Amino acid sequence: MIKIEKLHKSYPIGKDSLHVLKGIDLHIKEGEFVSIMGSSGSGKSTLLNIVGLLDIHDEGHYYLNGQLIKDMNEKKAALLRNKFLGFVFQSFNLISYKTALENVALPLYYKGMGRKERLQVALDYLEKVGLKDWANHLPNELSGGQKQRVAIARALVTKPKVVLADEPTGALDSTTTDSVMDLLKDINNEGMTVFVITHEEEVAEQTKRIVRLKDGVIISDEFTKASKAV
Amino acid sequence: MFDIDRWREIFQSINKNRLRSVMSGFTVAFAILLFTLLFGIVSGLSNTFTEAFADDAQNAMFVRVWKTTKPYKGLQTGRTIQLRNGDYNYVNDTYGNKIQYKSSRIYKNFNLKYKNEAGNYSVMAVNPDHQFLEKTIIDEGRYINERDLKNKSKVIVIGRLVKEDLFGQKPALGKRLNVNGSSYLIVGVFSDEGGDNEERKAFMPLTTAQMIYGNNDYISQIALGYNPKLNLDEAVAFGNQMERDLRNKMNIHPDDQSALSVQNMAEANKGVGQFMGILYAIVILVGSGTLVAGIIGISNIMIFVIKERTKEFGIRKALGAKPSSIVGIVVQETVLITTLAGYLGLSLGTYILSLIGDSLEEDYFIKDPNVSTGIVIGATVVLIISGLLASYIPAKKAANIKPIVALRAD
Repeated sequence: MIKIEKLHKSYPIGKDSLHVLKGIDLHIKEGEFVSIMGSSGSGKSTLLNIVGLLDIHDEGHYYLNGQLIKDMNEKKAALLRNKFLGFVFQSFNLISYKTALENVALPLYYKGMGRKERLQVALDYLEKVGLKDWANHLPNELSGGQKQRVAIARALVTKPKVVLADEPTGALDSTTTDSVMDLLKDINNEGMTVFVITHEEEVAEQTKRIVRLKDGVIISDEFTKASKAV
Repeated sequence: MFDIDRWREIFQSINKNRLRSVMSGFTVAFAILLFTLLFGIVSGLSNTFTEAFADDAQNAMFVRVWKTTKPYKGLQTGRTIQLRNGDYNYVNDTYGNKIQYKSSRIYKNFNLKYKNEAGNYSVMAVNPDHQFLEKTIIDEGRYINERDLKNKSKVIVIGRLVKEDLFGQKPALGKRLNVNGSSYLIVGVFSDEGGDNEERKAFMPLTTAQMIYGNNDYISQIALGYNPKLNLDEAVAFGNQMERDLRNKMNIHPDDQSALSVQNMAEANKGVGQFMGILYAIVILVGSGTLVAGIIGISNIMIFVIKERTKEFGIRKALGAKPSSIVGIVVQETVLITTLAGYLGLSLGTYILSLIGDSLEEDYFIKDPNVSTGIVIGATVVLIISGLLASYIPAKKAANIKPIVALRAD
């Protein structure tokens, strides 16, 4: 599903450049539940941004669903994101003046689905994350955990191939963290590839494969007990 | 083309940011309002000036004579110059193709009497064309015609106020009027936009006056309307040429203004035209300044708005929004606000101008101020296009920011 070969990325800082990713090789198959771990500055967010087509790599190859990602312009990237990827962010990134339902329906709008249909689909997904009764509330009327569940519903609504979650539990307390992780596990059990970035061991342990990054290189890549249990 | 969802997005965004929308709308509405008022007031001034010359036709010329003030070819100063039918015919024969209307004039002052009502009025003996030269409006009956001239008929056309003085509310048409002892048939009643004095007058056939009062071919003045196909410069040249020729013909010193002069409306029109031209130029300058201020206002607001929404655009892009759709909603929203506000400013301006109406005519010489729809629509279009550019450029920039950067924005 995701295949990365010798990926390099550096950011210019003044005259110098900061080499963030120093040759990453990673292969994630369909249906995997992977977490990327590392301290801040290890390059994990950069990796996710490149995988999520939110940023462009400098060197190496990146195949998404077998397709080589090269010479992306914003329009092509937008289409691919809409088709293959669902995002869950640490800070939720819901649009503040839209209700939960409208937020969830937004990716379907960009897919070109009619209003009635997409609101129905969005409502189904809100029900799935247990927020059907909150459909017409604005984000600031929801708790952190509820917001993140809305964001997950929004990530799932287009039936993407991969769900990318950047510190999905970073802004949540432990109870809500568990409920969000349970949700991600359910999604994975349904066969969707889930790619999580975290610095919390407890979160990483609930995934099936942990990739540890340090200073822009992979230092370990192993399957967890959770994966063996299944 | 029409995308109901796109409009829903726009109304949601406008509704969410009411203050911002109202402010940017206000900028535009105010600019258009000032623009409308400015142009309206100048057009009001222009109307007043045009009106000031409304008494006579725009193309009128008058040949006037008095006494010589310069000796010429052995002739003394102080000689009285008299125009005759021959001079009238000479002018017609020489300049026929440059003349639209022509009439001689004889000024008289008569006592007009009907039953017990009487008064002294100035009476002019004229040719039929005179109606157009003086812009006389016939309210009842008719004006002097060629048959009157030929038959030297004793007919008279009286002004609205003469009728009011002598007849009150009773009909005057067809009645016989005592003019200095002779009986004249009233064949018409006229009015004139030149004011009350112009309506306290009467007209009679030229030939009748020449026969009865002097039995000669004297005329007081020659009134002409130059051919409207002549432009102002050509008309002025025509007047000067005629002045020279007549002075030459009548043995008058070429520079003797007092003995014979041609008063030409073309010269006055030229002056007024130049004056209004300068006034309009000033207004266009100031009006454009107002528009530019409006445009800068929208641009500022749009730059701020787009900065504020950068993160939202990042989210939208992460969810699959193409850059074009981001630019689209921003531009469409701006154009919508600009159009509505422009229309509001225009309506308000037009409404205020209509309230002013003629109320400022007495003190400020502003009559019936209004704006031509073309100018205002032009101004609104300029603002809409500016709004389009003002939003397009920053929106395009925002839409092309990498989503990762946009998402980081706060």
